[in-house]
Amino acid sequence: MSRRAKLQIFRVIVFVLMGAFFLTPLIAMFEFSTRGNSETAPRTLEAWATIFQTPDMVDAITASLQLAAITSIAMLVLLLPTMVWVRLRLPGLNRIVEFICLLPLTVPAIALVVGLRPIYVWININLTDSILALAFAYVVLVLPYAYRSLDAGLAAIDIKTLSEAARSLGAGWLTVMWRVIVPNMSSAILNACLLSVALVLGEYTVANLLGFENLQVAIAYVGLVSAGTSVAVALASLVFAFLLLMVISFFGRRRTPSLTAAATDPQYLTAGQRT
Amino acid sequence: MTAAGSPAVNASAARPVPGGRRLPLSWLGIIPFAVYIGCFLLLPSAIIVAGSFVNSEGGIDLSNFTSINEPFIIQSFANSLLVSAISAIVGAFSGALLAYAIVTGNPNGLLRRGVTSAAGVLAQFGGVTLAFAFIATLGTIGFVTVFLKNIGIDIFANGVWLYELSGLTLIYLYFQIPLMVLVFLPALDGVRPQWREATESLGGNTWHYWRYVAGPLLAPSFLGCTLLLFANSFSAYATAAALITQGGVIVPLEIQHVLVSEVGRSQPGLAKALALAMIVIVAAVMAVYSLLQRRTSRWLR
Repeated sequence: MSRRAKLQIFRVIVFVLMGAFFLTPLIAMFEFSTRGNSETAPRTLEAWATIFQTPDMVDAITASLQLAAITSIAMLVLLLPTMVWVRLRLPGLNRIVEFICLLPLTVPAIALVVGLRPIYVWININLTDSILALAFAYVVLVLPYAYRSLDAGLAAIDIKTLSEAARSLGAGWLTVMWRVIVPNMSSAILNACLLSVALVLGEYTVANLLGFENLQVAIAYVGLVSAGTSVAVALASLVFAFLLLMVISFFGRRRTPSLTAAATDPQYLTAGQRT
Repeated sequence: MTAAGSPAVNASAARPVPGGRRLPLSWLGIIPFAVYIGCFLLLPSAIIVAGSFVNSEGGIDLSNFTSINEPFIIQSFANSLLVSAISAIVGAFSGALLAYAIVTGNPNGLLRRGVTSAAGVLAQFGGVTLAFAFIATLGTIGFVTVFLKNIGIDIFANGVWLYELSGLTLIYLYFQIPLMVLVFLPALDGVRPQWREATESLGGNTWHYWRYVAGPLLAPSFLGCTLLLFANSFSAYATAAALITQGGVIVPLEIQHVLVSEVGRSQPGLAKALALAMIVIVAAVMAVYSLLQRRTSRWLR
């Protein structure tokens, strides 16, 4: 047998085995969530319908969606002007800001939450006990991924020339940000937002240990009562996250070379729901 | 007095922009970021580090670290290291095989684009959702379990292992293999077909090529990626929390247990000491990883 033929057999075996390993749980989730009450009962979508009849679940889904929006906006408002400012006026701080933004990668969420608990006790007493306060912590969790995405976007445009040109034509800093820099890196911003949304929708650790019921915590609770419903929600949230991330990889394919390089960067890609 | 004052006035008037005032103004621009990071990243870290040295009476000593020496906590560390190591090693080898299968195909083909996109998505998949996916698959009434039982195979003949360490290791592979594909693919792409041709023209066979050419070149990257996978599963908490409801089998679950139970109230420093230990391990592994990555990038393009 030629080396080429052996290689083809090897490839087919690998793809079939891996395909089976990765597709089976997804098929199983669908099968599991459409089971009837007994073994002989016909297929039913009851578990899917139950999602919307469970008030806790609806509240949790709403809260998670709100958190995703707030976190994305807060992340942009906090991070983008700072990154632009540091590049234009304080280039010496660039490495420090990068180091700080990537720091959450080496602090596991389960460890960070230990330090966040006393802070949230204070927030709950003095500011608010709303679940939306979780956004404070989530901005920190999405920081590394958002930073890498925005960094790639900023690297692709010459912000110094752009902002100086705009300033010399009489634009204020707000105009420079909003009408010059943002439109020039819209795909990087979209990327950062989608990664943030995916991470927030999948977040469990911080919410669970700070005593808030977001989507993932609700899935885990419902799972104790009705496995079918929680598998249905899990599959639904998964499909939603898949779609979001597929949008990212779709945009990724059309981007400039420097951005594609960032997209294959390992740390940039591991916005884990497992955190 | 006027003689002493006027040179200073003249000096500052001669310079159009006083250097001393320009610096503080531009520093104002990063204050919001600095304050935010201070409150929600540096302060929590400081609380962990400082709190781990505070004993239950409020004094400062190493009692929390002595408590880590309890057999059950040592056991959870051993379990964590074991699960992370096995899932990292198996994940690295399987992921490398898949990456090699991809790289030997058409570089612009649909298959490659499809598999890398899917890997990008699956590497993100984890947490509660993943635990439920495997409960639906391999739980006692899961899809595969029932199917195999109907054809006469009982995978749980020796007890239900899904909710134990072996089950957890298997589940972690679901995000470890795609992650390995993503991080190892660039290194495999860097391997030039000319190297193989050169080996063959010098009389080497496939074994010689892998043993003396491709193997040594890919080794640092492979090792680095394995370490990244290790840190990845070592930090994972949500999947285990949704799967294993009782006891602190691995360190993250032990932290959860200490945080929410009586132990946490009587010895608040213990959770912080455990968290600090985790951070130190992950930081050390990640540091070696970035060293190895730098070594790889020396010959990779």
